[in-house]
Amino acid sequence: MTPAKNLPLDDPTATGQGGDDAPGRTARRIAFGGFQLGGRTVTIDVEPDRILDLLTDVAGLNRILGPDVRVEPLGDDHYLWVLARDESEIRVETDLLVDHEAALCSWRSIAGADLNIEIRIDLRPAPAGRGCEVAAQVAYQPPWGLMGHLAAKLRGIDPALQGRKALKRLKMLLETGEIATAAHRRTA
Amino acid sequence: MRALTWHGKQDVRVDTVDDPQIINPRDAIIEVTSTAICGSDLHLYDAVIPGLKAGDILGHEFMGRVVEVGARSTLKVGQRVVVPFTISCGACFFCKAAQFSACDNSNPVETQEASETMFGHAVSGFFGYSHLTGGYSGGQSQYVRVPFSDVGPIVIPEGVEDEDVLFLSDILPTGWMAAENAQIRPGDTVAVWGCGPVGLFSVQSALLMGAGRVIAIDHYPRRLELARKLGAEVIDYRQSHVLEALMEMTGGIGPDAVIDAVGMESHGFAPDNLMDAAKQKVGIGADRAHALRMAMMAVRKGGRVSIPGVYGGLVDKFPLGTLMEKGLQLRTGQTNVQAYTKPLLARILAGEIDTTFLISHRLPLESAPEGYRNFRDKQNDWTKVILKPRWDATGSLAEVLSR
Repeated sequence: MTPAKNLPLDDPTATGQGGDDAPGRTARRIAFGGFQLGGRTVTIDVEPDRILDLLTDVAGLNRILGPDVRVEPLGDDHYLWVLARDESEIRVETDLLVDHEAALCSWRSIAGADLNIEIRIDLRPAPAGRGCEVAAQVAYQPPWGLMGHLAAKLRGIDPALQGRKALKRLKMLLETGEIATAAHRRTA
Repeated sequence: MRALTWHGKQDVRVDTVDDPQIINPRDAIIEVTSTAICGSDLHLYDAVIPGLKAGDILGHEFMGRVVEVGARSTLKVGQRVVVPFTISCGACFFCKAAQFSACDNSNPVETQEASETMFGHAVSGFFGYSHLTGGYSGGQSQYVRVPFSDVGPIVIPEGVEDEDVLFLSDILPTGWMAAENAQIRPGDTVAVWGCGPVGLFSVQSALLMGAGRVIAIDHYPRRLELARKLGAEVIDYRQSHVLEALMEMTGGIGPDAVIDAVGMESHGFAPDNLMDAAKQKVGIGADRAHALRMAMMAVRKGGRVSIPGVYGGLVDKFPLGTLMEKGLQLRTGQTNVQAYTKPLLARILAGEIDTTFLISHRLPLESAPEGYRNFRDKQNDWTKVILKPRWDATGSLAEVLSR
């Protein structure tokens, strides 16, 4: 399986980083070379290894992804991501890269996948002993371009939103041991 | 179980709903023995706080007995507990800094997005409140699921009456934090707008913290009388010009600190308040901030402004020039209840603080809709309403009140 090429997260210029110190994905641009970028950083008060361990464990990952997204292992660092809402389903085969030394992991769609996407997590120490800053970024080429991106946003299934929610669940799970819910009763 | 549920503006009912269950390991289930109607419940009742849904169970001031615990709860079945209205994980950056009402992890992911859009950051979870704060079921019910039960609830010794400690759940710590935010120095003069429960506890707390004088402002005679009994001087704003009176009473200097314990439903026949009320009525403004504007005008140059009163959205005609030109300091926030429960319980048990003086009515849970209506419409006499889920509710309100 060959990773897709031309994904922008390794290229600061492509992600819009320019004349200031703001993260590239916050640039005032509608698209980044045909890609949509989204992301969020949270600070989690645990060791980086615990974060990478949870993210690279399928059960842990599925726990934080929420009801619309799931991951299935295909063996040898290959994973199938499934985004399902109502009757529609998008399936994306990805390669996982984990670099403990660089404190990052990323899932990158393989060539020919239904969706050209990269999900990347970078870890860095938080200042003042606050733990670890976890930066999640998602770059993807929406089917039907900008219109497809807006449609996904309207339906609440755009990858950046899903990634942001997953990141918050990750923080909850690692800091508190559970994911907050206002539910009154257990679901079946 | 039976629970007080919200169905729309000034429409609350006692319905039969499913009992709660343990969902997460740190949960506990509490059987409610006493619960109260809070002034901020009236903001929900009047539908001026956004984000409620029909069927939501209200109530964020409650206490009771532990009947079930999750695997990681530190509570034991049978213990009596008072539960803070703020739901806090105890593990995030904010909880570790004792800013429990800013907890990062208690507002569920599904409701954080709206909270972020509204306020810039997701706020913590609260019981029985808006879905901006999680939409958690509240305590005006027979049972409640209490998340993070190892952090929030405080265990109450047997033999202590519910009414002596119930207000540790919200209004006593809120009044205390309001006085703390006023940064009172010995001998200071402090003016408190609003003699509702939080205002009265602010008066009590300010005096305990060493204020030389506290001046309480309201227009309900009974509430002013309660403030006077605590040791405050009082101003009835229907009888006196408040700003002039405060200037005269402070030798032309102004109060050293002011506390706005009124919040978003300010009363009073003033031009700014009439405009706010009109905007609130048609849904283009959330807050009526007349009391806050007046407090900022009244406070002395370099003074401190403390805002325990609840505000939920946007307001205009905010006296920003007053803030800057007079060099004021402003502190506010939802109460970090967990930071105060232990020291305040100790003061109650030592007899330094009485919390029962403001209770006017005790009702069965089944009479809660009448409690809401009267607490809203008869504020002079209905100063604080306690609801008892176990009490017999048969008969008229008059019969119930006579028992």
